Amino acid sequence: MAPQERQLKTASPGALVHLPRQTPPDEEALPDPRLSDVDEWGRSEHIRELARRLYDPLYRNWFRAEWEGLEKIPTSGGALIVANHAGAIPSDAPVIMHGIEQELGRPVYGMAEHLFKALPVVGTLWARTGGVAAHPENAHRLLREQQQLALVFPEGTKGTGKLYQDRYQLRRFGRGGFVEIAMRAGVPIVPIAVVGSEEAMPILWKVPRIAQMLGVPYAPITANMLVFGPLLGLVLPFPAKFRLTVLDPVHFDVPPDQDRYSKSRVMDAAEDIRVRLQATVYEMLQARKSVWFG
Amino acid sequence: MTGRRVLVTGLSTFWGGRVAQSLERDPTIDVIVGLDTREPSMPLERTEFVRADQSYSILARIVKAAQIDTILHTFLVVDSTHMSGRALHEINVIGTMNLLAAAGAADSPVRHIVVKSSTLVYGSTYQDPAWFREETPRTHSPRTRVERSLIEVEGYLHDFAEDNPHVMVTLLRFSNVLGTDIVTPISKALELPLVPKILGYDPLVQFVEEDDVVRSIEFVMTNQVPGIYNVAGDGRVPWTEVAHICGKRTIAMPPILTGLAAAPLDRLLRVDLPEETLALLRYGRGADNRRLKRAGFQYRYTTAGAVESFAQASRLRSTVGESNPTYKYEAEVENFFRHSPAVVRNAE
Repeated sequence: MAPQERQLKTASPGALVHLPRQTPPDEEALPDPRLSDVDEWGRSEHIRELARRLYDPLYRNWFRAEWEGLEKIPTSGGALIVANHAGAIPSDAPVIMHGIEQELGRPVYGMAEHLFKALPVVGTLWARTGGVAAHPENAHRLLREQQQLALVFPEGTKGTGKLYQDRYQLRRFGRGGFVEIAMRAGVPIVPIAVVGSEEAMPILWKVPRIAQMLGVPYAPITANMLVFGPLLGLVLPFPAKFRLTVLDPVHFDVPPDQDRYSKSRVMDAAEDIRVRLQATVYEMLQARKSVWFG
Repeated sequence: MTGRRVLVTGLSTFWGGRVAQSLERDPTIDVIVGLDTREPSMPLERTEFVRADQSYSILARIVKAAQIDTILHTFLVVDSTHMSGRALHEINVIGTMNLLAAAGAADSPVRHIVVKSSTLVYGSTYQDPAWFREETPRTHSPRTRVERSLIEVEGYLHDFAEDNPHVMVTLLRFSNVLGTDIVTPISKALELPLVPKILGYDPLVQFVEEDDVVRSIEFVMTNQVPGIYNVAGDGRVPWTEVAHICGKRTIAMPPILTGLAAAPLDRLLRVDLPEETLALLRYGRGADNRRLKRAGFQYRYTTAGAVESFAQASRLRSTVGESNPTYKYEAEVENFFRHSPAVVRNAE
């Protein structure tokens, strides 16, 4: 991480303009008596490793996740991964993060709603296992300066909060912010189409009054709650077969680090990615013979 | 060129004293004048102490009489414990307002003002980015008095800089400080047998070592660096790890009604955790320190290094007690050494 950062520092001309004194290279040599491996985002490789070990049986035997086009995800350099988002408590995020970390051996930072950070225990665990609040500044630092993989779901809670009857109908891709982030960071967008997440935890009804009371985006009654009971049903997904297809990465030929990008270009690119993802999801559904066996 | 003539506000506070002590070692500085309502709490050799009221009403006269060219405004209160909101407002907002009024007077000789603010101006909420750059806006409006007052101070400074383009203005925002000597609500909390944390939260916090604070103030003064800069150690460390570096275990406070649960700490153990500190223990805060590094400043401590420095001093204190003998300012004695013809100065 550090050498990449330094390389960037010298590569960008802005950083060198008004330097009264050049920072000497032994700057990194400061003693740093850390005791844990929690990084500046709150991610700990140890805890992530433990989470991977616990999650692997679920990934392999419960969801039986299968990838297509995994080689399209860059093994080095930053990239913004986007995917369709579904399920009351979505399983697509952990499946994508787990899959890429297992197969490519590089960390994925999952960017999500700030709300996570406000929740006790959940927020801390989420951060330790690679969750980062979806703030444009965070995304830029991760992608541009640290050349990491970041995962976002442009639909946000509109995707996860939709009813089962609307399954696999992709929602609006926000305001195209994810495209702007990728342009500013100078990294490609890698879209992933996911099938299986909708059936893992389908929402039958929503109770807006409870959502309002709890201050959460939606309060679902899921099929899982009917089958497994209200508590277990809140956390245990159905064993739907997961298939993931990585689409061709989208590169933008615009200079990075600009303050603004043409809104029409941003919106066009966002819509283009949404349409391609939607089309791929439909293709995958056409080929799917069974929800449970793929 | 003759040497600089510097005025330090809040001479009797920890920072004013430390900065003045440090300036005294710099031979290019001719005159150091320190202002405060109370007598200095640290031994000083050549700094001239002037007792002033909190609103600095005599400041304009001092500035003119001593031909002050640099003001180091260290007297901003960032620790809101044991001080009423009104007093805090008087010192921070009204004090700065008067100071800037004096510095901006028609024939004022002042050419550089350095203000010691705090990263408290960024706040600490769940919607914050991991790192605040100097331009990053805060995500919620301030809720505590100390944050509000510091934001007001920065507003006045901003206006001053606009109205007085011939005066160089440097605004330094310091993150929470730990070190060998400074006492803050957080350092007190870390000296408890069990360090309080909020159940379910383990935020990433950032510290700057007290020597780096003094050095950065000197740095921007000697190198004439204008602008706004975060001053904070490299890296962010989980609060429980901070406690562990200090060799302490943590004790959890409930995540709801935390303020109520923290109240007995104040009564029984004299560790007052104000609202802004409780917010920090919940969400943490990070300030991007790279702009000051690009300007050429070299830190001596990382965040974990600052914690370690505090932990070592704290262990020493717990074994041998307070190391520094308490200093008592005696006006006659100080005057004798500075001005009596009997004292041989510049003996060569």
